[in-house]
Amino acid sequence: MSKARLMQGNEACAEGALAAGVRFFGGYPITPSTEIAEGMAKMLPKVGGKFVQMEDEIASMGVVLGASLAGKKALTASSGPGISLKQELIGYAAAAEIPVVIVNVQRVGPSTGQPTAPSQGDVMQARWGTHGDHPMIALSPWSVREAFDTAVMAVNYSERFRTPVILLMDEIVGHLREKVELPEASELEIYPRRQPSKTRAEGYQPYAPAEDLVPNVADFGNGYHIHVTGLIHDETGFPVGNPKVTREAIDRLHKKIAIAQDEITHVEEYCMEDAEYAVVAFGGTARTAYEAVLEARKKGIKVGMVRLITIWPFADKAIKALAAKVKGILVTELNYGQIVNEVERAAAGQCPVELCAKYDMTIFEPEEILEGIENLAGGNK
Amino acid sequence: MERSFEQYFRQNRLPHLWCPGCGNGIATKAIVQAIEKKGLDRDKTIIVSGIGCSSRASGYMDFDTLHTAHGRAIPFATGIKLANPELNVVVITGDGDCTAIGGNHFIHGCRRNVDLTVVLFNNNIYGMTGGQASPMTPTGKKATTAPYGAVDPTFDACKLAEAAGATYVARSTAYHVQHLTDMIANGFDNKGFSFIEAMVQCPTAYGRKNKMSDPVELMKWMRDNAVMKAAWDKLPEDKKVGDKFPIGLLYQDTEVDYATAYEHVIEVAGGAGK
Amino acid sequence: MRKQIRLSGSGGQGVITAAIIYAEAAVSAGMEAVQSQSYGPEARGGASKSEVIIDDSHPIFHPHVKTPDVVLAMTQKAADKYYGDLHSDGILILDTDLVPEPPKFGNIIQVPITKIAIEQAGKSLFANIVALGVLTKVLNLVDLDTVRTAVSHRVPPHTIEANMKALQLGYDAVK
Repeated sequence: MSKARLMQGNEACAEGALAAGVRFFGGYPITPSTEIAEGMAKMLPKVGGKFVQMEDEIASMGVVLGASLAGKKALTASSGPGISLKQELIGYAAAAEIPVVIVNVQRVGPSTGQPTAPSQGDVMQARWGTHGDHPMIALSPWSVREAFDTAVMAVNYSERFRTPVILLMDEIVGHLREKVELPEASELEIYPRRQPSKTRAEGYQPYAPAEDLVPNVADFGNGYHIHVTGLIHDETGFPVGNPKVTREAIDRLHKKIAIAQDEITHVEEYCMEDAEYAVVAFGGTARTAYEAVLEARKKGIKVGMVRLITIWPFADKAIKALAAKVKGILVTELNYGQIVNEVERAAAGQCPVELCAKYDMTIFEPEEILEGIENLAGGNK
Repeated sequence: MERSFEQYFRQNRLPHLWCPGCGNGIATKAIVQAIEKKGLDRDKTIIVSGIGCSSRASGYMDFDTLHTAHGRAIPFATGIKLANPELNVVVITGDGDCTAIGGNHFIHGCRRNVDLTVVLFNNNIYGMTGGQASPMTPTGKKATTAPYGAVDPTFDACKLAEAAGATYVARSTAYHVQHLTDMIANGFDNKGFSFIEAMVQCPTAYGRKNKMSDPVELMKWMRDNAVMKAAWDKLPEDKKVGDKFPIGLLYQDTEVDYATAYEHVIEVAGGAGK
Repeated sequence: MRKQIRLSGSGGQGVITAAIIYAEAAVSAGMEAVQSQSYGPEARGGASKSEVIIDDSHPIFHPHVKTPDVVLAMTQKAADKYYGDLHSDGILILDTDLVPEPPKFGNIIQVPITKIAIEQAGKSLFANIVALGVLTKVLNLVDLDTVRTAVSHRVPPHTIEANMKALQLGYDAVK
């Protein structure tokens, strides 16, 4: 019998997190992410894990950070206003270098917005939502299977880099059910929790970076007597009010991600071999953009698609190379225009960059993107 | 004189940043003496704090320590306890941290009866930021944000904890050092949410604004107004006036704690031993 | 071969569950399927719509139905709102009693779905499974046994027998 089954994106996300070793979930119900919490509530105790429904979104973020510090891989999920409320402690996780994954099933904003309607309006919030300077990793799946895969990736990256990772889903993929075949556990590569490489007697410092610039912070309860704080700290973990330490601490947070960017930043290309034009899309919108590309090809337009799987760190190299190759780029996104600015920046004037935006509760229809492709190609003939 | 409590401090992190005459050091010492008294395993005892004067205590204490964000100590502590129930989790918080910005977490921590020992250093003021009014600044007392006297009625954090579901509620003061230590130590014995309000003097931010800048005067005020619970209960209502307040074990109950209750969930779901 | 199907009604009638079960049956029959839904934030009473796209060979990208081959409507409001973009060769399935004024469309199949659920299956709650039986017969894509299995995996164990009866009643109600 085939392993293929019908599964919802949110459900696949929960399955992926579980497969990646998540054993703790703290959350607060909010549409359209609630199925992730419901899935975790059901599945976690079956594997000896724990689920706790907290009093609010801030507490949900705090409880998962506490669980992570005590050694459990931890997940939270939310949408819209909930993600706004979590920002303070997302910053804490970045500063104190605590592995955690935050799923954001995007809905229409600002504020309460349109609770059940799809949007991709949190792209810049994912990057800059909390205060201060820090890098961010954000991934955006386009299918139910990829919701599983990116959940595994998100957990792995959070552990490997000891950083918060945002799984930037959208309602399209979150609520979509489709045929999916999930991989066996043996097919997955799971990044384990980093362990201290020295004993206390050997002069262990919890925030001393390893070769990859990521510190091997001990889990609580192992006798290391470490101190964790959201204040800027040195390698000992203790706060230091000193310009040099402050600069070096912020430098390292950025560099540990920057030196691994080629491994983190994934894009996928479609019909690009002979393409003269390109559509840049991500998440659920890319499904529609791809159909539009196929339609445009039928009409003789040599167009392809570049799909951003990793939203942050942004695919600067790929877009720069793309802009050097094609005559024009069309960015499609379900918002007023956010990632288009990044594409323009990376394209650096090498080719025109046009925006196909939508922000009216509904998803793109292929014709709308096709029209954008035709205008782009027509305008440059 | 034996000073065995010193081993519980990170000597290289001292001296502390608290002002001369501050009561936070007394309360912090009471916590480690309670830990010593009960023989808690230091490697399995985690100190979690929020933000404010009180919450700097964690940095001086030689355990795994966590200095969280303002008001959020209890959610972090909840995560630690549930992730690894064999750990003893102690929360150090302040009156602003616990009852203002962290108020929602406080009442829900009590409601869940998570097995934590929460010690609130009540100095009646936001000391770290220079003396703004907190929900526990007595009505009429002055603060930089209450220059004509605080308009707001105050929270009684102990009554709040009891009503919200805490299973051990006690109060003591920095004057009653041994009593305070006992109240905390007995809190460790309770498998559930234990809440201890430690009244501490703040001569700098609170005292100065309210003509009580001498720490000795503040401690005398504690001595003269604190009434042991047994005596308080016998006191006629017309004598429970002025600044008088009860100290001691105020409430105790036996209810299953959250982590134990969740073990049952795991059993029902078939995940026991996994 | 690709089929685009839209099930509509009011919240609480179970059209989304029916759509999910049909998509599940299609997947176990080896086909590609996607199912999406839209409903008001209220779980009961609001307008409710679910779409299923089934393809026997090609992957499905854009998840929304453009030109449905079949629209099933369980209320007058749903019928009026959702039949408009039907393919000219498409089929409109209506609950006879709950859609008293059928839209002007060439190919209509009327089945007293809710009436059958109440009078023969025993509860109005089974209307969505009766509808699923109707759909199975009309579409003739996935065989009844496969749909039966999909239903038995979805519904509470003690209701399987009643649901099987409801499914059969719907299937047999289409002449």
